[in-house]
Amino acid sequence: MERIYLDHAATSPMHPKVIEAVVNVMNSNFGNPSSIHSFGREARLLVDEARDILAKSIGAKRNEIIFTSGGTEADNLALIGIAEAYKSNGKHIISTEIEHHAVLNTCKELENRGYEVTYLPVDETGKVSVDDLKKNLRDDTILVSVMFGNNEVGTLQPIKEIGKVLAEHHAVFHTDAVQAYGLEKINVNEAGIDLLSVSAHKINGPKGIGFLYIRDGIKLLPRIFGGEQERKRRAGTENVASIVGFKEAVIISQQEMHARREKYREWKNVLIKKLQVEEIDFRINGSLENAMPHVINISFPGTNVEAMLVNMDLSGIAVSSGSACTAGSVDPSHVLVAMFGKDSARIRNSIRFSFGLNNTTEQIEKAALETAKIVKRMTNK
Amino acid sequence: MIYFDNSATTKPYEEVVDSFVKVSTEYFGNPSSLHNIGGKAEQLLTQARSQVARLLNVKDSEIYFTSGGTESNNLAIKGTALMYRGRGRHIISTTIEHPSVTEAINQLEQLGFEVTFVPVDSDGRVDAKEIEKAIRHDTILVSVMHINNEVGTIQPIKEIGTMLKEYPKILFHVDHVQGAGKVPINFYDCGIDLCTISGHKFHGLKGTGALFIRDGIRISPLLSGGNQELNTRSGTENVAGIVAMAKALRLTIQKRETGIHQMEVIKDILRDELEKIDGVKVHTPKEGSAPYILNFSVRGFRAEVFVHALEEQDIYVSTTSACSSKKKSPSKTLIAMGLPEEEANSAIRISLSFENTMEEAVYAADKIKQTIKQLGEVMN
Ligand SMILES: Cc1ncc(COP(=O)(O)O)c(C=O)c1O
Ligand SMILES: Cc1ncc(COP(=O)(O)O)c(C=O)c1O
Repeated sequence: MERIYLDHAATSPMHPKVIEAVVNVMNSNFGNPSSIHSFGREARLLVDEARDILAKSIGAKRNEIIFTSGGTEADNLALIGIAEAYKSNGKHIISTEIEHHAVLNTCKELENRGYEVTYLPVDETGKVSVDDLKKNLRDDTILVSVMFGNNEVGTLQPIKEIGKVLAEHHAVFHTDAVQAYGLEKINVNEAGIDLLSVSAHKINGPKGIGFLYIRDGIKLLPRIFGGEQERKRRAGTENVASIVGFKEAVIISQQEMHARREKYREWKNVLIKKLQVEEIDFRINGSLENAMPHVINISFPGTNVEAMLVNMDLSGIAVSSGSACTAGSVDPSHVLVAMFGKDSARIRNSIRFSFGLNNTTEQIEKAALETAKIVKRMTNK
Repeated sequence: MIYFDNSATTKPYEEVVDSFVKVSTEYFGNPSSLHNIGGKAEQLLTQARSQVARLLNVKDSEIYFTSGGTESNNLAIKGTALMYRGRGRHIISTTIEHPSVTEAINQLEQLGFEVTFVPVDSDGRVDAKEIEKAIRHDTILVSVMHINNEVGTIQPIKEIGTMLKEYPKILFHVDHVQGAGKVPINFYDCGIDLCTISGHKFHGLKGTGALFIRDGIRISPLLSGGNQELNTRSGTENVAGIVAMAKALRLTIQKRETGIHQMEVIKDILRDELEKIDGVKVHTPKEGSAPYILNFSVRGFRAEVFVHALEEQDIYVSTTSACSSKKKSPSKTLIAMGLPEEEANSAIRISLSFENTMEEAVYAADKIKQTIKQLGEVMN
């Protein structure tokens, strides 16, 4: 059976060129960047080169990039690092109801530490309102964290508008761009972003590596202490091989961004058309227009998500109910609850498809057909 | 090329790299995903955990994967201090710890904890009795490294652990980064509650590590999010790196069985040859030190100069620890051992792996001799 992987938002396979780059470093440049001999210097150079390329990809400067062990660490570092550094200005934070748990649970941690967090609601498409944000901004608001694009339904947030609002306010602006990076053009200066989180394994890079962009001049309290790596903002021997793999993945994703966007948008249409032809009853959760190209979340009335997932998996199609992290639990997706309320049937009958490397149009067609079959079976049609 | 800087980092074993590639290509799923591809990744993760646990003679449920030694040390120290601060606010450590321990503790000091850094003797060894003397009614944590990364002195972990059994409320953390796979310790026998290892120090990959947390001990997480690693360490697991680390640990332990004797011989050759040289002083104690670390000073030369001079001969050694080598500050451990700053400033560390040979040792000793002579002539 051909397995069709449509869960690239959970994690994505490494690009062959990335693997090659990583292996190369492991074999030939295994030095510790802090060592003063040539093994160390070569490794340091590789890290710096990568830092340059990553920085350029978002219009930032090299010294504004901090390597982390992934998106989760970048989010944790951003939120706690800023909250603790700016607490003398206030203890109020604004985020949203639809953030990834890496942000939400960090907000919970901050609440435990005496901070107050306002979680902005979203509309039926999963978007926050800039007016809401304005209304909730206070003198003691020190941080606003709104994700760039949502990992479960794909909805893009009004980042530029938020950046504009915050240009007039002292609060620091963080965005979790883990899903959007590589498929959406991001310029931190144009968008007024102060901090931005990225994770390599979502863009065909290695797992266990990510970065946090932090604008020059913004204070951040580190979380992991030790050596003087990352300008004392994140200690620990640099994961040189993965950093170089990350760089390779960034180069590829920047080069191919346009083509991928076109292709993935087209695939959404292919999927929808096929379901229509098969006369399946379905609704798109979110928005087709205001969404990242690789994520589409669909509700199938009359079905049940757990049974759907099991049946899809048996048919060789890997999709998910939401974020991989919450997939292990049977709790309904907090994102769908935020969009439709906890009594909506949609929160129990929705599936996320996410596209990426190695997918083909044929695979999307086949997946749509199999989905249709399963939905028909489950709804007795 | 002779690479004698294995305490800074090691070259990943070929099999380790192969494992990484295989997992990355064939099992790239997210272990949290419910589908088949995620399930396979989860299975590999479970197997790697079992393997590491078996190799360390502990339970699977006691192994938590992290991004490396630094994160594990931070997690162990801050995670327990914050969790158990209701019991007390005093922490005991030593004056020769790695910065990832010292700095984590310093941060706790800013949060209102109190710390006693117990000094070491002229061999760089802490005395269990001195640790005991530092204990207060509100002590909650003792953190002592197993093998010092700068001079290689083995700390009396078992004695300290045994002594601490009389103080059941005090947790015992050990930074085992330099010892893992090469100088085994039995965590249970030594009364260890938390123990740090780092993959890249035993031919695994950078960015991989683990923390042993004895069953029953709870710690406050450093990273919140998807609640991976039993709610203790959030973040998508680096499955390929973790599998590679398990393999590296297995291979290192295997190589130790046949290679440890040769390693000791190599270290002895180097020590004997170095001690013969005028102006060289070996700081690593003869007894009770790791068979792979040798620290010495060459009178009159700054360490950096000497490292670069040896590099010209294609021999790679280091100034003190890699982490602090940028700072150009004298070796903390040597200062703690009571050495004058000048000697600490000229300290060189040789650190071996099971891949090094006797021929390399003889050759390197010879080159060191020559280099000292040449540099001496230049200076005079
Ligand atoms: C939006 C978002 N933020 C953060 C993360 C966490 O990143 P990582 O898996 O690298 O820890 C993810 C993915 O899991 C994500 O989708
Ligand atoms: C004794 C000791 N502890 C901790 C560390 C930190 O480990 P890592 O480099 O994996 O962060 C090192 C090495 O740098 C070390 O030598």
